[in-house]
Amino acid sequence: MTSPKQALAHPASSAEAAPGSQPGAARGAHGGGTPPKGPSPWRSKLYRWDMKASPYVFIAPFFVIFGAFSLVPLLYTAWYSLHDVQLSSLDTQTWAGLDNYQNLLSSDFFWNALKNTFTIGVISTVPQLMAAIGLAHLLNYRLRGSTMWRVVMLTPYATSVAAATLVFTLLYSWDGGMVNWLLDFVGIDPINWRESDWGSQFAVSSIVIWRWTGYNALIYLAAMQAIPADLYESAAIDGANRWQQFIHVTVPQLRPTILFTVVISTIGATQLFGEPLLFGGVSGSKGGSEHQYQTLGLYMYDQGWIIGNLGKASAIAWSMFLILLIIAAINLLVTRRLRKSQ
Amino acid sequence: MRTTTRRSHRLLALAAVAALTTGVLAGCAGDSDDGDSSGSGNNAGGGKTTLTIGTFGVFGYKQAGLYDEYMKSHPDITIKENVTTRTDVYWPKVLTRLQAGSGTDDIQAIEVGNITEAVQTQGSKFVDLGKDVDKSQWLDWKNAQATTADGKLIGLGTDIGPMAICYRKDLFQKAGLETDRTKLAAQWKGDWNKYVDLGKQYMKKAPSGTKFVDSASSVYNAVLNGESERYYDKSGKVVWDESTGVKNAWDVAMSVATSNMSAKLKQFDKPWDQGYANASFATVACPAWMIGYIQEKSGDAGKGKWDVAAAPTAGNWGGSFIGVPTAGKHQKEAIELAKWLTAPEQQAKVFAKQASFPSTPSAYSTLKPAAATTEFFSNAPITQIFSDSAKTIPAQVFGVKDQPINTALTDIGILQVEQKGKSPEQGWDAATNEIKDVLGQ
Repeated sequence: MTSPKQALAHPASSAEAAPGSQPGAARGAHGGGTPPKGPSPWRSKLYRWDMKASPYVFIAPFFVIFGAFSLVPLLYTAWYSLHDVQLSSLDTQTWAGLDNYQNLLSSDFFWNALKNTFTIGVISTVPQLMAAIGLAHLLNYRLRGSTMWRVVMLTPYATSVAAATLVFTLLYSWDGGMVNWLLDFVGIDPINWRESDWGSQFAVSSIVIWRWTGYNALIYLAAMQAIPADLYESAAIDGANRWQQFIHVTVPQLRPTILFTVVISTIGATQLFGEPLLFGGVSGSKGGSEHQYQTLGLYMYDQGWIIGNLGKASAIAWSMFLILLIIAAINLLVTRRLRKSQ
Repeated sequence: MRTTTRRSHRLLALAAVAALTTGVLAGCAGDSDDGDSSGSGNNAGGGKTTLTIGTFGVFGYKQAGLYDEYMKSHPDITIKENVTTRTDVYWPKVLTRLQAGSGTDDIQAIEVGNITEAVQTQGSKFVDLGKDVDKSQWLDWKNAQATTADGKLIGLGTDIGPMAICYRKDLFQKAGLETDRTKLAAQWKGDWNKYVDLGKQYMKKAPSGTKFVDSASSVYNAVLNGESERYYDKSGKVVWDESTGVKNAWDVAMSVATSNMSAKLKQFDKPWDQGYANASFATVACPAWMIGYIQEKSGDAGKGKWDVAAAPTAGNWGGSFIGVPTAGKHQKEAIELAKWLTAPEQQAKVFAKQASFPSTPSAYSTLKPAAATTEFFSNAPITQIFSDSAKTIPAQVFGVKDQPINTALTDIGILQVEQKGKSPEQGWDAATNEIKDVLGQ
């Protein structure tokens, strides 16, 4: 393809070749004796500038917005995290050095939140992605009303966290909730879902699973449909049944997609906030009376906006950021390994 | 198995659209709480002044038609209310805007739990209203809460929350207890332990599926709200672990939590609302503003079955102030409006609509509850009961971190004992740890 630069540069050079026809050339002539180069350097400079600067101008809005709403807050948070700052006295910040971080490392609440974030992350992400692959596989068959099924898959994802969590909170309600009512049928004693340790984590995970499984399933489905049919045909000729085809053709072909969803889900799990907050109801930022489902996001919110300790909250935010960087690094290593092994 | 590439493109596009809408949807969900447009009033066309008033929850001004009334008598004023539903979302936002010196409303509501923080840390950011009003209109303790150390009045009292006990007459009868409101009040007068004893008696013959009280935390709050000493002393020092008020309230709450008389509900949670509808508890300590709530959540089924009796001790739970930030552009007009909104006549109108109890005693003789409310609460003289309570409420000292400390005691300490079967000592220790975290110790 001809580069736009070449195409656009052409008239400029032709202007040089035929000076009389250009207004700029006339001005050059007025200069009296100076070589007729007036217009061309000016114009070509403009062009060169245009060529060089335009792309930056076009992408600038993103970077300006990113800078204003992501980078500046990020750096400001770092600054805050090194100070003792209260929400009620933002104008008086006293230097605290690494006190806030030290405070975190020696705080049971922080480690508890980190542990909860991890366990809730695992019990929500793993079943979610496995179910999503299974569903995608089923959707990939010829089905009656396949579009409808796909839309249905996406509806949980389209509902707001607030609405979904409210419904789940009622289902898991200790007294008269549907889950306990069903358990009662099977002869199991009612469980206090919000206050029991594993029960509450399970309940929170189930909301996450419900909301995101369909979304991941559609991503997998899109990737599955890009797998060349010849692979399945040859596998079929070799005598592989559907299950064997799934294991030996679909899953390996999906590997990059699986990795992508794992990364996205891990980031989502690290930042888990809305579901446990709303599940807790009043004073939900505590994550239960023993902080049994208080995630890092909740702990940060509680410290910053409920207790008003912005310095410490900022330190938590930066710790979360560092944790995400570590996850990204691990992911990079794994990806490289996978590439090499292929 | 074979599918055309066009379809897979379509699916990819669908996935992409889905990914893009996440942000949009998440944004909506986050914002749905506050229908708030920032900024002070501007001069709208026609020389009109727009005053904005920032409130949380339901203040009742709009509901009682006060804005319309004021705009009619002041044709050059337009009033716009910015409501944020949740206090815990509202207050941090106000704090940051006050300190940024921009984006505040012309009038800003302050909840009683935040008033001390406002007085101690934001005093210079509010207009001193003391010179503009006749302070004697309000209850002394209400004014005292909004007055800074150097005598500046930064907020005008709106409603207060004098407390009584709301009880189900029908359940009391089935359990073989006294049902007359004055005799009941006499039985537990002056001592919350007598109220707990009555609870034990109730539980012996409790109608199936019912408990005596909604939660141990609500009893804790009711007792504490009648104590003069809470978490801070007058000099602003944290004394929560040696305060007699806290100890009293804790002990009563513990005897509730350990004697199976509580429905173990968390107030303002959905199941608590259902508890009203299903009549699963027989009593609740009710501040005046809760009257409307009980009526709404119980529905017609509760009509005439509820009654109101004076609480063992008078206490105040809740209530608000409105202040005028110095950052506002129309301070003079805002002060006028704030004065008008909190005048006794207007407070009486809000009471008639919303049952928010006035902080101006001269309004008490004119109070008339709605006919439906009277019928719902078995013709109990609720204005009489609440005014009596209001006049004997002790002045309470609040502190900067009053609310998080209270949350630690109720939602960590008491909840562990009540719902997880921990011992009172374990609950106290857990609350202590939590409070240390709150205070950054």
